[in-house]
Amino acid sequence: MPLQVDLVSAERRLWSGAADFVVARTLDGELGILPGHVPLLGVLAEGFTVKITGRDAGTGIVAAVHGGFLSVANDEVTILTEVAELSGEIDVARARAALDRATAEGDEQAAARSRARLAAAGQPV
Amino acid sequence: MGAQLRIYRRRIRSVRATAKITRAMELIAASRIVKAQQRVAASTPYAQAITRAVSAVASLSDIDHPLLTERPDPTRAAVLLVTSDRGLAGAYSANVLREGDALTEHLRERGMDVVHYLVGRKGLAYYRFRDRPIAASWLGFSENPGYLQAKEIADTLINAFQTPAEDGGVDEIHVVYTRFVSMLTQTPEARRILPLEVEETTEEPVGGAFPQYEFEPNAAGVLDALLPRYVEARIYNALLQGAASELAARRRACKAATDNAEELIKTYTRLANAARQAEITQEISEIVGGADALVAAGSE
Repeated sequence: MPLQVDLVSAERRLWSGAADFVVARTLDGELGILPGHVPLLGVLAEGFTVKITGRDAGTGIVAAVHGGFLSVANDEVTILTEVAELSGEIDVARARAALDRATAEGDEQAAARSRARLAAAGQPV
Repeated sequence: MGAQLRIYRRRIRSVRATAKITRAMELIAASRIVKAQQRVAASTPYAQAITRAVSAVASLSDIDHPLLTERPDPTRAAVLLVTSDRGLAGAYSANVLREGDALTEHLRERGMDVVHYLVGRKGLAYYRFRDRPIAASWLGFSENPGYLQAKEIADTLINAFQTPAEDGGVDEIHVVYTRFVSMLTQTPEARRILPLEVEETTEEPVGGAFPQYEFEPNAAGVLDALLPRYVEARIYNALLQGAASELAARRRACKAATDNAEELIKTYTRLANAARQAEITQEISEIVGGADALVAAGSE
């Protein structure tokens, strides 16, 4: 049985479908979810990516998430995030400029966000 | 052209110009309502999921979180009013303000001081004119609120809630907004958002059977992170509903204005026609009278 995955941001539902595997990072560390996972409610770490693979997701959907929650129950995975961007929607040049600016200003939070964006877009950081 | 006729024609021109404006505003509002409704719908999955998560944590663990506990003796309450930035929306803002006044009255009867937080220029103008104190106000996004604005408002309110009442904090937070029921019905509503009354969604599993969740890092940590997000989601929803209601109210008000203007144009056109006819009749009778007088003078 596949996982039913919903990737939801405050403003809209970003992605929804069946998948085989979800990788996310909670405050306790990286976490892989396969069908049959125990029910879990976790706080996502800020500035990392979520990767969904298999079935509807194909070779992989990657999104940069900036804080949020992960809930797993009965093979339903819901990723709740205030702000999330799918890899295809990320403007690499802008993210890089934002990272440079944030690093120069010493804004750790903004830098982490930009790094997550670049990682989601498959760019070296 | 007679003076009377000229005045009527000028009136018609001016009413017609007004009708053009209100017609345009009606159409703009109508086209934006659809978008505003879609945004309410788009934010629903998140709101439902976060409500479910909060209910799950609250029912599975017996943690006393400051945002969930009722204060024994509340002395100060905050009221957030969601009004519009622009007018021409009928009684939209007035209804919210009236509901807010009723709530304020009710809270004062319970022995609380009330501080007001405002969204929208109309609310601000109402409070300024009456010289009432305002704790904070946010302007410029009533028609098109974003999540960031909801977050900013929520941060301010949660901050005030976490400050002790003696230092200017509050013990309760209420929000007054307009719920979008349908294109024709929008009802002002007052809700308490803090301390939280966790609302059950309609799509709850029967019997409230939550699976035995594992929490990461732990139940308290999850609740700590969840509750502010839940408040933000509630405020965001209030702002979005308000935006949809504002547009619906504006569409209706502008439609009524356009209809009235058309009615006025019709009336004035009839009056102008009558005035023109009267002028012609008068001219004819003057000419006939003049000719009669000439004939009478010639026959003598």
